[in-house]
Amino acid sequence: MTQLKSTMAGSVFTVNVNVGDDVEVGQVVMVLESMKMEIPVEAEVAGKVAEINANAGDFVNEGDVLVTLE
Amino acid sequence: MKKVLIANRGEIASRIIKTCKRLGVETVAVYSEADAEMPFVKEADHAFLIGPPPIQQSYLKGQEIIDIAIRENVDAIHPGYGILSENAMFVEQVQKAGIIFIGPDATTIQKMGDKIEARQTMQEASVPVVPGTDDGVTSLEDAKRIAAEIGYPVMLKASAGGGGVGMVRCEDEQALGQQFDSVKNRAKMYFGSDAVFLEKFITNARHIEVQVFGDYYGNIVHLFERNCSVQRRNQKVIEESPSPSLSEEARAQLFEAAVNAAKAVNYKNAGTVEFIVDESEQIYFLEMNTRLQVEHPITEEVTGYDLVEWQIEVARGNELPVKDQQQIKLNGHALEFRVYAEDPKTFMPSPGEITKLDLGHDEDIRVDNGYAENGKVTPFYDPLISKVIVHAPTREEAIEKSKAYLSTLNIEGLKTNLPFFTEILNEESFIQGTYTTSIVEDWLTAQKGETVK
Repeated sequence: MTQLKSTMAGSVFTVNVNVGDDVEVGQVVMVLESMKMEIPVEAEVAGKVAEINANAGDFVNEGDVLVTLE
Repeated sequence: MKKVLIANRGEIASRIIKTCKRLGVETVAVYSEADAEMPFVKEADHAFLIGPPPIQQSYLKGQEIIDIAIRENVDAIHPGYGILSENAMFVEQVQKAGIIFIGPDATTIQKMGDKIEARQTMQEASVPVVPGTDDGVTSLEDAKRIAAEIGYPVMLKASAGGGGVGMVRCEDEQALGQQFDSVKNRAKMYFGSDAVFLEKFITNARHIEVQVFGDYYGNIVHLFERNCSVQRRNQKVIEESPSPSLSEEARAQLFEAAVNAAKAVNYKNAGTVEFIVDESEQIYFLEMNTRLQVEHPITEEVTGYDLVEWQIEVARGNELPVKDQQQIKLNGHALEFRVYAEDPKTFMPSPGEITKLDLGHDEDIRVDNGYAENGKVTPFYDPLISKVIVHAPTREEAIEKSKAYLSTLNIEGLKTNLPFFTEILNEESFIQGTYTTSIVEDWLTAQKGETVK
C-alpha cells in the first residue's frame, strides 16, 4: 500500500481518478488549489487506487493522505 | 463621505485605511476568521467578522458585506482590487442600498470585465486588439480550428478572468486539448462563467499599461505608463514606471489609445488599460482593469498624487484634482517588488507563520505591508505579503537603491521570493531595460542549464 500525501495545505480542486483505476507513475490523481494556484498531485508509484481520502472542495493540511494505492 | 467600508483584506485594506485616516474619513473593515489578527483589522476604526476562511464564504459574500455597511451607516464601499472589485452585480446591489461604490459604474465594469465584449468595444473605438476570437469558444473542436487559423502559441483565457487566473499558454494542439476543460472549470469556479476565448500569444512582447482616471464631468486623463513584464504564472512580480526602452512615438500612441479606450466607455474613477507591445512597437489592447491596481504606488511615486484620494474625490462627485493633462508631470523612476510567500525558484506557494518580519527602515523607501510578525499567511488567499516601492531620480539609481534596500530585508518562517529579486536585478536584459514577458522563463531555463552542468 502506498499513501499519496499532500505536500501543502490547500483545497481539493479536482479528483482525477476513481477507486479501482490503474495509475501510472507521474499520473495526476488529484489537483489541489492553494494561494490561487493549481498544484497537481502525481502518483509516485504505479498501482491500483484502493481508497480516495478527500473529495473536491475539501480542505486538506500538509501531510494528509489524499489517495491510497495498492 | 464620512465613513467608508473596505471590502478587501491585507495590504490594500491597510493602504486604503491610511488615506482615509489622512482625509479624516472613518473606516470599517470586514474580515474572515483566518484574518482576525491581520494589521488592517486593527487599523480600521471598526471591524466585523464576516465568515470562515474560504473566500467564497467570507470576502465574496457581497450581500452580507452590504448588510454590515447599511447597519453601520457607511457612505461608501471601497472594493480594493480582486475579490468584488469588478463584480458588476455587487456594484448594482451597493448602489441599490443607497451606498456609493468607489469605482466605475456597473455597466462599464460589465463591458470591460467581459474580455470578449471589451475586445469588441475597443475594436469599435479603433484601439488595436491582439488577434483572436471575437466570440466565446464553446467546444474544443472550435478552439482547435481557430487556434490553427491564428497560429500557435495561443493564450486560452477565461472571458471573465483577471489577475493571471484562468489563462494558459498553449504551445500546440495537444496542449490546447489538455487545457481546454481545465480552464473552463477554473473560469466557472473563480468567475462564475465558463466562457473562454483564444488570443494569439505574442512572443518577445512587453506588458505595458496606462493608468487612467475619469470623473463625472467628462474629464479623462492618463498618469503615464507602467511596464509589468516581469511575470510568473501570468502574474506580475516587478513593475516599473516609466517603461524603459520605449520610443516617444510608441509612448504617445499608448497614451492616446488608453484615453480613447476610457472615453469609449465614458470611464469614471481609476482604471488601467493594459497593452502588449511587440518587438516592432506595435501596440495591442489586452484588457482594461476597472479598479485600483496592485502596482498603483509606482504611479503615485512618479506623479506625486495619492490615487486613493483621487478615487474618493471622484466618488464624492468632485472633479478630478488635476484635469489638465499638461499639468501632470513625470518625476523620476519607480520600481515595485511584490514580496510573495512562495519558493523563489519554483514559485510554489509557501503558506505558514511569519516568525520574523524585518521590512527595513528607510523613510525614503515606501513599503505597503499587509502582515505583522507572527502573522499567518494562509492558503486561502493570494500569496502577497508586502510591496516594496523604490523611487529615485533615474532608473539606474532606482535599481541600485533597490538592490541595497532589498538585501537588508529579512522574512523568516516561510519561503519568500526575496532572493528572486536579486537574480532579476542582475539580469542583463533587466539592467538594459530590454526585457520582455519571457524574462522569468528565460531565467528558469538558464538555471536548469546550470544545474545540468
